[in-house]
Amino acid sequence: MSVGETSTPLGQVRGTGSAKHGGEHWVRERLTSAASLLLGLWLLLSLMLLPRLDRLTLTEWLQAPSGAVPMALLIVIGFIHSVDGLKTAVDDYVHDQGGRLLIHGILTFVGIGAGSVALFSLAKIAFGAAA
Amino acid sequence: MTRNPDRPLSPHLTIWKWGPGMLVSILHRVTGGALAVAGLALFTWWLWAIAAGPNEYEKFVSVISSETYGIPLVLLVLVGLTWAFWQHTLSGIRHMVMDSGAGFELRINRLFAVMTIAGSLFLTALTWALLMGVWA
Repeated sequence: MSVGETSTPLGQVRGTGSAKHGGEHWVRERLTSAASLLLGLWLLLSLMLLPRLDRLTLTEWLQAPSGAVPMALLIVIGFIHSVDGLKTAVDDYVHDQGGRLLIHGILTFVGIGAGSVALFSLAKIAFGAAA
Repeated sequence: MTRNPDRPLSPHLTIWKWGPGMLVSILHRVTGGALAVAGLALFTWWLWAIAAGPNEYEKFVSVISSETYGIPLVLLVLVGLTWAFWQHTLSGIRHMVMDSGAGFELRINRLFAVMTIAGSLFLTALTWALLMGVWA
């Protein structure tokens, strides 16, 4: 049984397990949760350790690779985990298949859209002129 | 999957008796939703304001520190999101433990649930004490 499969060999014979792509989604939600935990702690500790939280200090912090790389990861992982989680909640409360598909689509659009704004902002800070 | 609308749905929040396990389960949802929507919106706006320049960052700071009924918005939103982060983190760890098949005994399960609530309140207080430089 490899990662992402939802049935044991016995389960496959019996025809039980995920109806669609539940296994991959389930594993991804847990992997991104572990990553979000580490990156979230990194953000909190970084903000605590910075001498001040004005724009110049923040820009210097995000221009160094030690700030920019974890921040890029936090943006990507944070948005994936959030959209996955919201979709899971929607599945429990929206029982109409068309409505569910529509809300999933909107969540994907908004998530990728807002995530791109965040990534572009980070790139502009990181590769921009020194503060 | 089609559902027969004549059949009842599973009983929900208004029907089950409240207990620590159930409270933590719904808090995991609520805090996750708050972090995903309000947290990421604020986070994206913050990064965008840093990138956009001093004027935009000033505007961000002034909105964040504006007061509603005498309480700075920053306290309501940021302290709320900090609590949401810690509650979601601790109840997330609880979910991971339960995914492994452990912690389902009634007494242990109840204890873990209560510990996530006590832990999130303590860590929120600790985070803000450190952020405000109480021991600096």
